[in-house]
Amino acid sequence: MSRFLAKRLVLAFVTLFCVSIILFLVAQVMPGDVGRAILGPYATEVQVRALDHQLGVDRPLLERYSTWLGGFMRGDWGNSFLLHRPVAAIAFDRLYNSLILGGFALLLIVPTSIGFGVLAALNYGKWPDRVISVAGLSLIALPEFVTGIMVLVIFAVELGWLPASSHVPSVNPLDWFRQLLLPSIPLMFVLFGYISRMARTGTIESLRSNYVRTAILKGLPRRTVIWQHVLRNSLLPTITVISVQTGYLVGGLVVTETLFNYPGIGKLVLDSAVQHDLPVLQATVLLVAVLYMALTLLADVLYTLLNPRVRLAA
Amino acid sequence: MSTPQPLASLPQSGALAIEHLTISYLRRDRALPVLTDVSFHIEPGEAYGLVGESGCGKTTVAMAVMCYLPANARIEAGRIRLQEVDLTTAGEAQLRSLRGNRMAMVYQDAGSALNPSLTIGRQIAEVYRFHGGLDAAAATDAAAAMLETVQIADPARMLRRYPHELSGGQQQRVMFAMALATNPDLLVLDEPTTGLDTTVEAEVLDLVARLRSKFSASILFISHNLGIVARMCERVGVLYAGRLIEEGPSREIFSDPRHPYTLGLTRCVPNRIMRKDANRLDPIPGSLPPLGLAVQGCVYAPRCPIARARCREEDPPAFISGPRRVSRCFYHDEVPSIPQSAEALPSSPANGASEGDLLRVERLSKRYGAGANQVVALDDVSIELEAGEVLGLVGESGSGKSTLAKCVVGLLDASGGEIDFAGRKLARLADWREPQLRRKLQMVFQNPDTTLNPSHTARRILTRAARLLSAGGSAVDRERRVTSLAAAVQLRPHHLDLKPSFLSGGLKQRVAIARAFAGSPALVLCDEPTSALDVSVQATILNLLVDLQTKQRVAYLFISHDLGVVRYLADRIAVMYLGQIIEIGPAQEVFSPPHHPYTEALLSAMPAIDESQGPRIKLSGTMPNPANPPSGCRFHTRCPRFLGDICRERNPPWQEDREGHRYRCHIAPADLGPAQREATSSPAGDNNRPRAETSP
Repeated sequence: MSRFLAKRLVLAFVTLFCVSIILFLVAQVMPGDVGRAILGPYATEVQVRALDHQLGVDRPLLERYSTWLGGFMRGDWGNSFLLHRPVAAIAFDRLYNSLILGGFALLLIVPTSIGFGVLAALNYGKWPDRVISVAGLSLIALPEFVTGIMVLVIFAVELGWLPASSHVPSVNPLDWFRQLLLPSIPLMFVLFGYISRMARTGTIESLRSNYVRTAILKGLPRRTVIWQHVLRNSLLPTITVISVQTGYLVGGLVVTETLFNYPGIGKLVLDSAVQHDLPVLQATVLLVAVLYMALTLLADVLYTLLNPRVRLAA
Repeated sequence: MSTPQPLASLPQSGALAIEHLTISYLRRDRALPVLTDVSFHIEPGEAYGLVGESGCGKTTVAMAVMCYLPANARIEAGRIRLQEVDLTTAGEAQLRSLRGNRMAMVYQDAGSALNPSLTIGRQIAEVYRFHGGLDAAAATDAAAAMLETVQIADPARMLRRYPHELSGGQQQRVMFAMALATNPDLLVLDEPTTGLDTTVEAEVLDLVARLRSKFSASILFISHNLGIVARMCERVGVLYAGRLIEEGPSREIFSDPRHPYTLGLTRCVPNRIMRKDANRLDPIPGSLPPLGLAVQGCVYAPRCPIARARCREEDPPAFISGPRRVSRCFYHDEVPSIPQSAEALPSSPANGASEGDLLRVERLSKRYGAGANQVVALDDVSIELEAGEVLGLVGESGSGKSTLAKCVVGLLDASGGEIDFAGRKLARLADWREPQLRRKLQMVFQNPDTTLNPSHTARRILTRAARLLSAGGSAVDRERRVTSLAAAVQLRPHHLDLKPSFLSGGLKQRVAIARAFAGSPALVLCDEPTSALDVSVQATILNLLVDLQTKQRVAYLFISHDLGVVRYLADRIAVMYLGQIIEIGPAQEVFSPPHHPYTEALLSAMPAIDESQGPRIKLSGTMPNPANPPSGCRFHTRCPRFLGDICRERNPPWQEDREGHRYRCHIAPADLGPAQREATSSPAGDNNRPRAETSP
């Protein structure tokens, strides 16, 4: 177990290192000039050069990369070009907000999709299965910006039930729903498709297995067969999918936070990219990558803990 | 000819009674009958065997009894009674209280039948909780007691284990513990030992025999293996194409069959005295009619050697063919006089003038992994094979048989040692070998389903082999070669244009054999080539292998867990245990004392149709972990003739018995031979663990 974990950790660090290189290169070769972006079209060439020099963006690539990565590792993420505040403070603030939104979406959608997935499997081939499967597939096919705009137009603009622009909610649970429901719907739609599909497949496979036949032929009540024998095995692969999809959620956050003007990390990534705020962009994207790695690792650990075969073999 | 008396009705009593059961499977709106008018009953406490080849409806009977038929199955007629309850009309709630309580089932492949994520204890305790109404603690205690009953050591610890931590034999014991937990009236066993090693199989069968004295359950025992059914059951029914064609006491039914199909089944299995150079196996011609084919007259008539016009017109009723015996054959009186249809072979000059060794494997070893986890799959293995010779390789799973074959053919990279073939040193991997040598060394695998490309026709598979394995030649030559290969393995021309999925198991294996023979090989490695096949098909394939061997002077390295097949086919036999060869010699020598105690145990575990069964030698424990093999003699942890410290500490020497026969043991042939001969002649059951009193 510990050997397996160590191996995965090393792999995660290698991946992160590669990500940091790619990220840095992409950020640095983005079209446009940093000084020009900050000073605007009316600044003189001399002023732009001077600012570039001050920010250090005119130094050689390798040097800039090592300075940046070293700083990132030490926790010194530099200052935002635009906001003139430490990047770390901004990023963690926004990350916290995003975790609230993402966590809200997950909390609602994971039990729902598993429930519907299992329901579909238990009614394999009958109408509940067809409805759930078709709905799930259609929702996967709809990108967040489509569903986001749809719910925005219907519920915020036309019906006016919920605000079009979301804030970080207060502690009041009603406010949670008020602020977070609309921006989390596009995220939930995509997750529903994947998670319910996986739960359905896993359950169907488990229902066809010999050990479920054994359980039925032991004369166990249907409820016991499903809760004790089917779900324990069928939800194992689902757990992996959930954690992988949680990483994918971050991509959705960029869209939905922008649409609903929610101050999360997704919006921060987009804003910093548009405004050439390189220290913020690089640090936040790398932070997201670290988060993604951590989630995947968590998925593996969970899977291991739940599966006696893997747990005891290691 | 005396006019046979048609049977009016079958006796209907007993713990389980099946009356005129007819079941169809619905496929594309067509009802295809799988069982037609099947009737039999089982007395309380009786064991009833159901035999037949795959596709004859055995499992459908079992599932119908458990009321667990697939969704597309339909009971067209008949009743199934478990004592006073009619199972065909029982509702869900009633079934739940019957299943696992009054009727229980154990089936093939216990590994997949146990829930992988629940402990053994929990899975057994469940039965007590739901049917016995016990609370959690009492149910766990009862489960522990039950594990003790099925002879699992240290039940308290075993309860906390997960299925994958158990050996195959232990898993099957757990299944028995679960099935017998409520002392049911009926126990359905569907191929309970198929897939287990011979020694483990014998242990499980011993357990069943012992449990029968303790529990009163009637047993419905389903198996394709006639020997096992003959040993375990009082009465036997033979199924063919969904019809019960013969029934009677198990001893009589196999020694004196009264239906041509039963006779055919008993004749196609090689028995103790049959050898390939003296007796040819007698396969049943033709094949099982496809599911749902409307048959007029007797369903076996197209394959029957004594069928007449009447058989093709009238469906034979059940005739009384003897005391407590029933046969659905108009001419059941004539069955005993049906001659062997297969001609005896002219004795083949297989071991004529010695031409030197064709294959010479020297000190071959294969290790996996490194450090503490290193597994030694092959340890210092040396064998020689002459041209045209058949060397049988036997041993339990995990003994290294397949690894040896794969190293020789170059699929696995051996860790050490040398392989000489046709006087040349072979490179370790097939890719590095000269094409000429590769052609001469071919392999036939166990499962033709996975070895033949499913999207190519048989013709394309063989043409490709002909192109790769025969040196050069034009397209016309290749076509001629394919035709002659197909003829050699008795494939009809129209079979060549079919893809593997449209061919039966036997036909597929013929294509695989033809493929191996495309380059006129000198040595073919056969890894369990017939173990996935029915006995009648196995007989055809074995005959084919013998023909090819005599005609083309091919040598075989023939791997099988079936000692009966190996004895029939092999000139010499090598026995493997935990990666080592522990005995090698001419077939007759290996099969008769003195031989290695492990060989002795393997032989005593063989089920046979005839009553020649001697006492069973039980092996204690399971195969040790190959990553950590026992010190001294590797077999000492399970050896029934264990001597003491010498076995534990010292590597046993090779003992030369006679010319070419040697085994690895501390006991000398002069001592071992008499002890083993005495063991086989002593009456069954008086001494299950004979120990040699002699010292080396």
